Parts: sequence; structure tokens; C-alpha cells
Amino acid sequence: MSEHYLLQMKNVTKSYYGTTVLKDINLDLKAGEIHAIVGENGAGKSTLMNILFGMPVIHSTGGYQGEILIEGQPAQITSPQQAMSSGIGMVHQEFMLIPNYSITENIKLNRETLKHSFLSRFFGRNLKTLDFKSMHADARKALDTLDIGIEEYTRVAGLPVGYMQFTEIAREIDKTNIKVLVFDEPTAVLAESEAANLLAAMKKLAARGIAILFITHRLDEVMEIADNITVLRDGRLVATRPKEATSVYELAELMVGRKVEKMTRRTDQVSSGNIVLSIKDLSVRMPGEVVSGLNLEVRRGEILGIGGLAGQGKVGVANGIMGLYPSSGTVLVNGEKLPLNNPRESIKRGLAFLSEDRRGVGLLLDSSIEMNIVISSLQNQGRFIRRFGPFSQLNSKEIRGYALKMIKELDIRCTGPTQIVRRLSGGNQQKVCIARALTLNPDILFVSEPTRGIDVGAKRLVLETLVRLNEQGMTIIMTSSELAELRSVCDRIAIVTGGTVAGILSPDDSDVNFGLLMAGQKAGKELSA
Amino acid sequence: MNIIRNAVHGFGVARLTILGFFLLLCIMAVPLKLDVAELISSSLVRILMWGVLVLAMWPSISCGTGPNFGLSLGIICGLLGGIIAMELELNGFVNLFASIAFAAPFAILVGWGYGWLLNRVKGAEMMLAMFVGWSAVSLMKIGWLMLPFHNPEMAWPQGRGLRVTVSLVNRDMAQLLNQFLSFKLGNIIVPTGLLLFFLVCCLAVWLFMRSKTGVAMTAAGDNPRFAEAAGINVDRHRIIGTILSTVLGAVGILVYAQSFGFYQLYEGPMYMPQQAVAAILIGGASIRKASLANVIIGVILFQGILVVAMPVFNIFTQDMASMAEISRVIIQNGIILYALTQVRGE
Repeated sequence: MSEHYLLQMKNVTKSYYGTTVLKDINLDLKAGEIHAIVGENGAGKSTLMNILFGMPVIHSTGGYQGEILIEGQPAQITSPQQAMSSGIGMVHQEFMLIPNYSITENIKLNRETLKHSFLSRFFGRNLKTLDFKSMHADARKALDTLDIGIEEYTRVAGLPVGYMQFTEIAREIDKTNIKVLVFDEPTAVLAESEAANLLAAMKKLAARGIAILFITHRLDEVMEIADNITVLRDGRLVATRPKEATSVYELAELMVGRKVEKMTRRTDQVSSGNIVLSIKDLSVRMPGEVVSGLNLEVRRGEILGIGGLAGQGKVGVANGIMGLYPSSGTVLVNGEKLPLNNPRESIKRGLAFLSEDRRGVGLLLDSSIEMNIVISSLQNQGRFIRRFGPFSQLNSKEIRGYALKMIKELDIRCTGPTQIVRRLSGGNQQKVCIARALTLNPDILFVSEPTRGIDVGAKRLVLETLVRLNEQGMTIIMTSSELAELRSVCDRIAIVTGGTVAGILSPDDSDVNFGLLMAGQKAGKELSA
Repeated sequence: MNIIRNAVHGFGVARLTILGFFLLLCIMAVPLKLDVAELISSSLVRILMWGVLVLAMWPSISCGTGPNFGLSLGIICGLLGGIIAMELELNGFVNLFASIAFAAPFAILVGWGYGWLLNRVKGAEMMLAMFVGWSAVSLMKIGWLMLPFHNPEMAWPQGRGLRVTVSLVNRDMAQLLNQFLSFKLGNIIVPTGLLLFFLVCCLAVWLFMRSKTGVAMTAAGDNPRFAEAAGINVDRHRIIGTILSTVLGAVGILVYAQSFGFYQLYEGPMYMPQQAVAAILIGGASIRKASLANVIIGVILFQGILVVAMPVFNIFTQDMASMAEISRVIIQNGIILYALTQVRGE
């Protein structure tokens, strides 16, 4: 019975260094079927596609378990070349195009039609000339299949992203043996009308008998075109449903749903607290995390969570307010206007920031622990320094004493305050970052992805530290991709989608509502009512 | 075994090779019946006369612009200060300190402009620095010809312009620092003045690096994105580092010249930066991180080798008198090349 499946995955399991990221995934794909795979960030969608496409990252980390059948035949896909020759094509999330080549040249790259030239008769195949006429014809045909009117000899550089996407697709369908086409979040970068075009093109391709795997987190698109839908969560397959048997709400719930472990913390209500931070019409030009016209108010003494899917702009909020990326809008700190694009001013007004990019922005990797802890305060508040008229000198004794105190308080595992931060584990590096932020005595602490890349035990410690600081009166704004983490410590959770706040939920709100907001269904609240 | 491997790794294979080579040369000097006291004395002089020039590399590496291949700019400013003092017919210490005082404003101005330029080519500073240095040397050749200096000690007998080498002997400037308070330790002559001057410079830069500005500068060089987030103006501190390096270059050449006995104009400053760069790199600095220890160890190793190598090589290779110079070029460029291959993208 397996003959009429084009592609089957059986019990596919993958682990990286002992951590299982995919477990027992089963997937069946028929010719002409559009199969959507949905899931949060980190659910395992990309890993699954990497396995299917034979990416080196899979095989350099020990390969995978389970079986992949192509047209009923077991296949071991060990390289992208092999995947391509087996008829699997992929449209990448980030465009893999050469900007200075024309559309035709990109479509035909490394598969050019060749013809003999004068030189090649003597020197062999490598000196054959490209047959542009037939290449242009092929490209035209591929573009026409997609209903794209653009000229095939246009250079790719400067094309709107939609056209770049179509160029990628045209390249894949121009391959004669293409059977399965994978779309990795293709609509993420497209405007609405472009996305509609793309979906139409996908339908047309499916009608020609090509099976399509469609990875996305936009549930409305899924409901529009998919025949079957598979939901992944935490590396497991939660459910596979035919479209007719499910709804956006069910999918949202399946995508997010998990038991939330609530952290024990003080119960007094903060809802009465006055506004300490008011963000109006904030736009931040952070590449990949653009914020556009975001409004948000933060109350004194609360832990406000900022959640949302990757690329939707949640990370941009804190980076913009701290002056790390160009931003515009109005930000009031305790009612006073904060000058934007100036990190110094932000720090002066009692804001501190734990960056999501710990190794890039958060630490001086080759400096000592003590220097990492005191430097922000030293530069901005003049602590840890002795002044002699116009001259100044580090106060080594004070620095050492303070560093030792922080190392003890936060339980930083190290050989001593002069150890270089690069040699610490991720969790301990994060603690050094926390120590530096605390040294500034901030009113408002921004933390971005505080538990990314650190082990489970340290995760808990970091979260507990944040809760403790909050109990001592610090307002905390925590950005995280892990919804469960936000729900375990936050008072309120703002979900950022498309650069603005899609809605603010209580941590006890239903999974459906979270799922819907994250998937860009703005009316989530009303719909569920 | 592991301990040894770690120790070797920590010290660096290249440094170890150079150190081994140096020790080998020193040991060979004894059976070859070379005058060891004489060798040590001249090593001391060469090490100390180069010291400040190598020290100039420290702030430039720390502030993130990499080794200052454009140190020629500072050197030219120093020479200009020196020539002005000569024109005023000053003598002895007055001449030396006046030279420094005249050179400093030029060095600050030039350093500021050079720093501004380096800020526009972040990531490719070394390449730019090298060409800026060479261009400046060539441009200044015109300057040496055109500037209105009239002191006959410096001018060509006919025509106009300054000579290629300007002697300092008549101004009581030659070996001024070397002989100040100098004494003999056995047969070794200790150039006390030179030593003191170098140590004072080291102390001053060391204190600066521990000041608020110095710490900010090091952070800006270490991780610009971090520094920006910590409220540090990265561009400004890179300029401060460049100015400091240029000023030290100006002071350095004056110290060098008084020991040498001449100002070398025209081609003189062309390849001096490379020697200073090689020295600090041998001392264990990378193109992104340096310390005072790197400066001192580096200048001792590099200049020490050159002094000891010359007589040793001359005995072995009578027909090839330039062997010492050849080995200098090999070591110097080899170590720069080695350091450049050690740059790893994060």
C-alpha cells in the first residue's frame, strides 16, 4: 500500500549530543498533496527538513534514526546533492540567489545548457559555451508556470523579495525530476498580496502532481491551502489532521499546549501599580526583528513578558529602547521622555539590559569576571574609580571585594574573579551578565532570552533570581521565545506579531489564545469568546 | 605531558621558537669568544631606544584599530619637532624636551585625523594604516625639501631642503639619555637615563590604561558592540587610542634618534613601524589584545636577537655580511605574518 505514497518518514528520531530534538516522527506524503507542518520555534520543523534534505549539519552530528522511503524505496539521504537527485527540492527561507546574476542564470546555475564552441572542441567540456537561448526559454517556461510576468534576463539584485522567492521556486520546478518541494516559511518575508500569489502558485504546482511540504506558522494560510496538517511540538508529532477535520483554534492549541509549571512567587497584585514605562509608536530597525509602531505600558513592580515567534519583532523592543538599534517613537520613563538611540541615556535613567546575544553584546569575553561585572557602572555612574583631579584610576580593592560578593551571591562557578569570562559555562556567563546589570541598580531590567543556551538546572536558577529581584521591587521586562518560561514567571504577557503588540494575555489564558495571537490572528480574544 | 602541552600552548609556539633561537644565539656567543659584556651593553641600548616605539603599539591594539602600521605618522611628527628645536639652536636636554613639546601638537592633530580615517574603514584598519604610513612618508619627502629651515647644520650645502641625516652631535644631543647617570656594572654599561625614560613612559601609559578612559578604550577595542551597549562612545575612544599611539611614536623617534645620534629624514621612517609591530607581536600580543608585558618581553626578544645575531652570523658567514639584516627581515615579517594568520572570526 505504500506505493502510492511519494515520500514517507518512519519513526525519524534525531538527537544532538544526547538531547533529543525529534522523536518518532511519521509523515506520509502523496503526489499532488500539500502537507503543512506547523509548530513554534524550536519545535523541530527545521531539523526535520534538514534531515530530509541531507544537510551536513545532520550528518556531522551523528545522523538520524528511522527510515525515509521515496516512492516506496528506502533512501539514505546523506547530502543535498543526493536529495536533489532523488527529486526533493527546497525553497529556502533565506534566499540562496546570486544577486548579480540574471534570473535565468540563477535558475540554471550549475545546470546550464551547454553547446560546443571553437575552444571546447580542443580543450574539452569545461570550455563549452552556455546556450543562453535555450536557458532563457526554460526559465521563461518555469516563470510562466508560476504566472510571473517578469523578464527572465532581469538581474536579481534589487528585485522585490516576492520575485526573489519566485525565482527560487522557478529554479526548483525547472529541475526535471522534481517530486517533492519543500517550502520553509516562504511567506514570512512576503507582503500579503505576494503571499496570495505564492499560495496560488503552490496550488498550481500541486495540481501538476508535485507533493508540497509547507512549513509555516501562519495558521490561516494553512487552512487555506493545505490538504493535511502535521503539528510538531517540542520535537514530537502531536497530531496529523486532514484540513476538514480541524480548525485554526485546535491547531493553535495543539501548537502551544503544554503543562505550565508556575513558579512560586508573591501573590500581591501589581495591577494597581503606576506606569513606569510607556512606549508609544516605537519603531526599531533591527534586522530580522523589526518593530513598527508598537505601543505598550509597563506597571511598576511587575514582570511583563514579551512573547511571539522569531522574526516578529519581540527582540527588537528592548534593543530599541536601550539604544542598540536605530529607533523612533516616544518612550517615557517615569513620565520623562527618554532620548532614543543613546545607550548612555538609557542606562542613566535606570534601565539595564541583559542581551539575547550574550557572547556578542553581553560580555567582554577576553576580560576578567570582575571587569565584566563593574564596567557599565564604572563608565556610567563613576563607581569603582578613584579621582585625582582630571585623572582617574581603577579602585582595584573595591572592585575585587564587590566581585567576590557578587560571585558568592549569584553562585557563579569560577576559579576566581580574575578568570576570563570565555572559559565559563553558558549559565555562569549569564550570571555574570546579571551581576553587571544589578551593579547598575536599575529600576527597570530588560532581559532577553535569559535562558537560551544554558542547561536546565541553571535555567531554573536564573529564573528564580529574576523573580527574587522582582520581589525586591525591580520592574522586569522579559523577552523570551519560550512561552512556557514566560507563563511561569510573568504577570502579563504581551505577544508581539508583525512588529506590534497583537494582544496582552494573562499567563493563565488558554493555549488557544496564545496560539492564535502568535499565529497572527489579531482577533484572537474576541473569536474565542 | 598535558601540562607541558598546555604550557607550550599558553606561551605560544611562535614565541617559544623565537625564545629558543635567542637562547641558542646567546649560548653560541660564548664559545665563539664574543665579548659578552659588550653584547649585553649594546642589547640594552637597542632594546631601550626601541622601547617607546613598541610601547606605541599598545594603545592602538587595545583601542581596536590593530597594530599601528601607520606609526610613521607619529615618527614624522617627532622628527618635525626635533628639526624645529634644531632650527632654534637649542642644546642638550632643553633641545630634547622642546622637541617633544613641539612634536606633541602635531602628533595630536595628525593622530586625530588619522583616527577619524581609521573609524571609516573598520575591519580593514591595518591595510589602510600601512598605506597611510607610506603615503605620509613620501609626502613628507616634499615637506623636508620645501619647509623653510635655514640652520646650516641641517640644510644641504647648495640648493634648498634638509639633508638625509641630520647629526645631533653638535647640539649635545647624541646619546644624551644613554649617558645620563650611566654607570658600569662589571663590564656592562647601564644606560640609566634611557632606562628611566622608558620606564616613566611605560608607567604613564599603564596608569592611563587603568583610568576610566583607558578601561573604556580597551572595552571598545575588545568588543565594540558590548562597549556601545555599556554607554561607551566607541569611535571617540578609538580616536583617543590612535592619538596616544601617534604621540608615543613621536616621543619614541626622538628617544631613538638621540641614541642613534642622527635624525633620519626622507626614507628613514618608512619601515620603522613594521619593526615595532613585530616586536610587540613576538611579545605575545595578538592584533586584538596587548599588554605592557607584551611590550617589554617583545622588545627584549626582538631587539636582543638582532644585536646578538649580527656578530654570531658574521663569524659563520664571512662572505655574507648582510646575514644579520636578512635574518631580521625574515623574523620581522615572519612574525607579522604568523600573527595575521592567528586572527579568528568569532
